[in-house]
Amino acid sequence: GAGAERKEIISAKSASRVWAARSNALSKGLHTHPFHDPAIDLHQLPRHGGRPGAWPAATKPPSEQEKEETLKPVPQLRNVSARSRQRSLREGGRSRGSGNWIQQKRTPTLSAQIPAWHCPEPVRTRVARPLQGAARREFLLRNRKLRVKARRICIRYFQTCSNAHVLKPKYVCFFGYPSFKYSHPHQMLKTTAALQGQVVQFKLSDIGEGIREVTVKEWYVKEGDTVSQFDSICEVQSDKASVTITSRYDGVIKKLYYNLDEIAYVGKPLVDIETEALKDSEEDVVETPAVSHDEHTHQEIKGHKTLATPAVRRLAMENNIKLSEVVGSGKDGRILKEDILNYLEKQTGAILPPSPKAEIMPPPPKPKDKTIPIPVSKPPVFTGKDRTEPVKGFHKAMVKTMSAALKIPHFGYCDEVDVTELVKLREELKPIALARGIKLSFMPFFLKASHNIGIAMDTEQGLIVPNVKNIQICSVFEIAAELNRLQQLGSAGQLSTTDLTGGTFTLSNIGSIGGTYAKPVILPPEVAIGALGTIRALPRFNQKGEVYKAQIMNVSWSADHRIIDGATMSRFSNLWKSYLENPAMMLLDMK
Amino acid sequence: MKIPFPKKNCFQLLFNLKVPAAGFKSTVKDGFILQSISNDVYQNLAVEDWIHDHMNLEGKPVLFLWRNSPSVVIGRHQNPWQECNLNLMREEGIKLARRRSGGGTVYHDMGNINLTFFSTKKKYDRMENLKLVVRALNAVQPQLDVQATKRFDLLLDGQFKISGTASKIGRITAYHHCTLLCSTNRTVLSSLLTSPYQGIRSNATASIPSLVKNLLEKDPTLTCEVMMNAIASEYATYHHIDKHIHLINPTDETLFPGINNKAKELQTWEWIYGKTPKFSINTSFNVVYEQSYLEIKVFIDIKNGRIEICKIEAPDHWLPQEICDKLNSSFIGSKFCPIETTLLKTCLKDDELHSKWNILCEKIKGIM
Repeated sequence: GAGAERKEIISAKSASRVWAARSNALSKGLHTHPFHDPAIDLHQLPRHGGRPGAWPAATKPPSEQEKEETLKPVPQLRNVSARSRQRSLREGGRSRGSGNWIQQKRTPTLSAQIPAWHCPEPVRTRVARPLQGAARREFLLRNRKLRVKARRICIRYFQTCSNAHVLKPKYVCFFGYPSFKYSHPHQMLKTTAALQGQVVQFKLSDIGEGIREVTVKEWYVKEGDTVSQFDSICEVQSDKASVTITSRYDGVIKKLYYNLDEIAYVGKPLVDIETEALKDSEEDVVETPAVSHDEHTHQEIKGHKTLATPAVRRLAMENNIKLSEVVGSGKDGRILKEDILNYLEKQTGAILPPSPKAEIMPPPPKPKDKTIPIPVSKPPVFTGKDRTEPVKGFHKAMVKTMSAALKIPHFGYCDEVDVTELVKLREELKPIALARGIKLSFMPFFLKASHNIGIAMDTEQGLIVPNVKNIQICSVFEIAAELNRLQQLGSAGQLSTTDLTGGTFTLSNIGSIGGTYAKPVILPPEVAIGALGTIRALPRFNQKGEVYKAQIMNVSWSADHRIIDGATMSRFSNLWKSYLENPAMMLLDMK
Repeated sequence: MKIPFPKKNCFQLLFNLKVPAAGFKSTVKDGFILQSISNDVYQNLAVEDWIHDHMNLEGKPVLFLWRNSPSVVIGRHQNPWQECNLNLMREEGIKLARRRSGGGTVYHDMGNINLTFFSTKKKYDRMENLKLVVRALNAVQPQLDVQATKRFDLLLDGQFKISGTASKIGRITAYHHCTLLCSTNRTVLSSLLTSPYQGIRSNATASIPSLVKNLLEKDPTLTCEVMMNAIASEYATYHHIDKHIHLINPTDETLFPGINNKAKELQTWEWIYGKTPKFSINTSFNVVYEQSYLEIKVFIDIKNGRIEICKIEAPDHWLPQEICDKLNSSFIGSKFCPIETTLLKTCLKDDELHSKWNILCEKIKGIM
């Protein structure tokens, strides 16, 4: 914050000069502008540039004109004070020197790289090489005259690229030279890039107020236009707020992602810009919600920043590669595109198209079968592209419960039930129930044999488990009616919370779809679950030793071993089984 | 308390609060309240733009109070033909301005005050500003039932809109401005903001009409001056700044270098009409000519305020097809503006055709 700025930028000389000039101006009776101080030189930071209908250049205040003849005639006033001006220079004006900079030690190597600035007033010094020994002393001496005692000086020196074998800058130039923002000294010297122009996706940055989407109302650029940093790119509108989006990079617009009146999303790419200058690990300032691209953009592992251009980072991110694992073959360990591609090849044997988002795919849809979902990704759809669907609503809830469920120590217990009698009974009762308007399945019988339990239901939204309450006081018919009601509500998606909560344990009639044995997963906070397989006709021996056609149904129970032990489960299963095998017995014990 | 102009130097230095040995009032925080002495809508809008572009508002919130002579102000992406009655405005001499912020169309006159809250992008908070206004209103009249809605309007008694909001967000700075109806002429307002033009199809932001009421009708003590003072003092209290309202002249180039150019740009046809998003007109009108009644269909596409496609269909027996085509092609490329249409030259020798041409032109001017 403010503290950091003070430490970094304030130099005695500039402050004293400003003060002197200002008091000078005052004493002469000149108007000092309330929003602008003539003593502070204007820097050439055009707010808009290169677009049709750009703002006209502000007229210069008269006292300035003689000073600034050498400058380009577009002095846009930006700031009030020296300090804030330094800050804005640091923020944006990398290579936008203002007119008062002079190079003192221009060596042949430097002059080729650093643009020459000149100004009639030799007031500032930009030292572009570490001064040692006598030169340093001389420099300090010269400065001392202009130093105000009370102020601190932060003089940093800048290492030229000829000596630059360090990653971090030891020294940077003072007077707000924005070099310390970047960790690489190559930054401010526009060396002819070792790499070619990189196409960078410029994402729509956070607008504030929690706004997530805006409408694109006007484009100020088109594909092929050259833009500078801070040029306006487009105008978007959101809820009575009109927002001007400015470019973060210099370069050429390669692609516009939206047409007029389309909705643009914060955090998604807005334009592609082909940048020329080498950019090092510049942090992505986009504050996007949710999706974690952070580890790919920042890549600071224990303080060591991996060097890679934004395009390379994007490639790595798309392929889910951690930059820290890739060996960089570029200069200073820089990771190049080839490195990523080689890494990929090694990994997979081929370059595969990536799965863009790290979001969980819902388990394959077999809702009644509560087997532990093995996260098998769907086989590739060759007819079209893979589709990623966000996990929402019911699916999301299922993910949560299932993950919680696996924390319960399960045990399984399977048995077969001879439901021949039950089948007969149902056949007899079915038409009667139908006459009363109810579809009678086996479930009411199964349920009555239990207590107050949930029925797993397969609906459009996925698996939900409503429960039938107080089975002990309901008749089989009433249970059937209740089941029907729940089924109807379930298919309409209108089950209420009371329907969905309070189950003691669940019965899942997966057999109606298919399957015999299962290993169901308990739905917390219940303690047990049973999966009922299909009723099949199988030969069995009866009491007399004769083979008869039996209707066999397998039931698989899973129970929470922390609460239920094997014996309890076994006894329950046997009792349940006996009720089902002798429905007449149910009549006896039914309440 | 307003600082009169003779103390201009002091006032100017007040802005430049970083002067070390200035010896002027050291306020607890930076920030100030400005009031415009001009009633020209373009100049006042230019002040907003100037402050937005040139001032560093870090830790320095600014409130700007202004009032305009009768004018209609449309939002950045709106269509004036859709929003207001341009013919009536031309007759009455009411100015039309397009502001840089979004939102809908409003009518300004001296009974309406405009408030602009300038801040950095990070401190941009419309609801806070509106709550401030409500507090100010309640400070004057505690029984007043004013509430801010989710759409950032202020409603009186739950049904009458007394304030509308718009805002502009730039790279580092943002501003939020709103109106406040104290004693506006409501009949003029409703007549001006009703568009008579039919058949306009456009993607421009549409205004949402609302019932309005003046604060003065509710309580005769709530005049513009009272309101401005109340809001200024509430702002000063909230931001812990000096409660002085500084009067400014928006044409003063020394205070605001470059502002006159900004004001000029806001008055150009290219800005006011040319920035209209692409739209089309699909309508018809009737012409009575020598006791015959003709229907003329018009299909015009307008982009950047200029006619791109023009199809005026008149019955063949009345106006020959090639004359019609000539008329159509002459319109293409010209501004969708009655003044320019008048200048359209024809070289028709036949008097009758000429008069028919003139009738058509007049009718078309009526829809511009």
